[in-house]
Amino acid sequence: MQSTTYSLDSIRSDFPVLERKVRDNKPLVYLDNAATTQKPIQVIDAITDYYKNHNSNIHRAVHALAEESTEAFEATRGKVAKFLNVADTREIIFVKGTTEAINLVAYAWGRDNVQKGDIVVTTEYEHHSNIVPWQLLTQETGAELKYIDIDENGELMLEQLDEYLATGKVKLVAVSHVSNVLGTITDVKEIIKKCKNADAKILIDGAQAVPHMKVDIGNLGCDFYAFSAHKMLGPTGVGVLWARKEILEKMRPFLGGGDMIREVHKYETTWNDLPYKFEAGTPNVADVICFTAAIDYLTKIGMDNVRNHEIELTKYALEKMSKVKGIVIYGPKDPEKQGGVISFNFKDVHPHDVATIVDKNGVAIRSGHHCAQVLMEKLEVPATNRASFYIYNTKQEVDVLIDSLDQVAKVFKL
Amino acid sequence: MSADPIYTEMIIEYSRNPSNFGKIENPHIHRHDSNPLCGDSIDLYVNVDGNKITEVKFDGKGCAICMACTSVLTEMIKGKNLEEVKNFKKDDLLSELGLEHLIKTSPVRIKCALLSLKALKYGIYSYFVDKMNDTEAAGNLKEEAASLY
Repeated sequence: MQSTTYSLDSIRSDFPVLERKVRDNKPLVYLDNAATTQKPIQVIDAITDYYKNHNSNIHRAVHALAEESTEAFEATRGKVAKFLNVADTREIIFVKGTTEAINLVAYAWGRDNVQKGDIVVTTEYEHHSNIVPWQLLTQETGAELKYIDIDENGELMLEQLDEYLATGKVKLVAVSHVSNVLGTITDVKEIIKKCKNADAKILIDGAQAVPHMKVDIGNLGCDFYAFSAHKMLGPTGVGVLWARKEILEKMRPFLGGGDMIREVHKYETTWNDLPYKFEAGTPNVADVICFTAAIDYLTKIGMDNVRNHEIELTKYALEKMSKVKGIVIYGPKDPEKQGGVISFNFKDVHPHDVATIVDKNGVAIRSGHHCAQVLMEKLEVPATNRASFYIYNTKQEVDVLIDSLDQVAKVFKL
Repeated sequence: MSADPIYTEMIIEYSRNPSNFGKIENPHIHRHDSNPLCGDSIDLYVNVDGNKITEVKFDGKGCAICMACTSVLTEMIKGKNLEEVKNFKKDDLLSELGLEHLIKTSPVRIKCALLSLKALKYGIYSYFVDKMNDTEAAGNLKEEAASLY
């Protein structure tokens, strides 16, 4: 790690679970970070501290604990805004995760702005959470859903977007910033430019981007941006939807209930101000507050250092993996063009057999369709294996993975 | 690797060269089943003559465990009476491949091992109920299939 204040050893010592032994006393090698990351002691302590000392509902009561909790909750909103270079904290809406954020847009914006004959564009490498809400929306409204295909390097064929935009019917383009399977980093700047020219809105699924690289929403120019806390050292059950204030103000609420109202009468209700209009019910107070500790942790390390560390590990892993017998690696295969995610298969060996064999060595990788069945169809495989890295992973851990993969080749006589 | 082996020679061999792999056109019993979380997906085809299983085939995609267990199951039931096959237990199949330990050690992979047995039990159930109109013969096969894993 390039940081002056943080060594890899000191980072690792902040993560209690990394001391664990699994499967016949093997040290845990956790390479499933694209699914969820482990939590540093700072985040774990923050959760305990909250419930021990501050627990209260927020935004309503005037007693001391309620004020402390409300203040801490809103402080996280400020932290998130600063982390993403967002000037107006009212544009930060807390939800339970990326999936809910995208659904919020599909329901609260989509139902009023997408009609029969319109087009919604997504891509072949989306997570189901950025496909299914648009299927529901287009099926309900009679609009059309179009896909930007990927080429053999796992990169988007953006000329297809030009064709769609040229029809003048595209209302929304929904694309992930970094593919959760291939790791491909999307050229979002280029897509945003194209969308602006065609007057189409753009939503970015940043679940695999915000945890791993500097994301400057203030200067990006998109309309909606979604991500989850648990993929960046934070607790589960917390996600963020960022959207432009002008758009949020015109949108109808997503869920109705407490906290999102100004006045409720028998037959009519006026909405609360942003962002509360979109935060009905008691939010996930404890976990939102503890998300602060995760953002602080990443800020101290520095997102450029996080990215550089992952580039280094990905480069190292790609080099070594390409020499494993019988392996097929998907995606760009270029550490500069992808996040710390490598998807691969062995010829004729099912990914679950691969995952089981490496698991015996204590290595946690993911096998399956990664909630990206459209992409699996494109790759013509039922599933892939995926190793994904984060700030605490080491080259030695990559070596354990490689040894395990060699073992797979041996067991299956490749 | 741990003490209970999964990837034995036999399993690798079956996964490479599955038995009874293929399709029966217009079979008496056809059942498709899949494990959505891991992606195993098979179609099981069975022909019967009276009460006797005369022909069994399967096709689909799956991991080595799924392919091996399905192969062995097809071998085991060919030529048997439906009554006999109805009473097949998990262990009858798993022990053929030395995989009984999966029940305890791997609640995830046990699904791969038992997918074909589940498909078979459902298949025989609908054969009795839908084709033979004999709910009595079907017994509690459906419940049994649903609770296999």
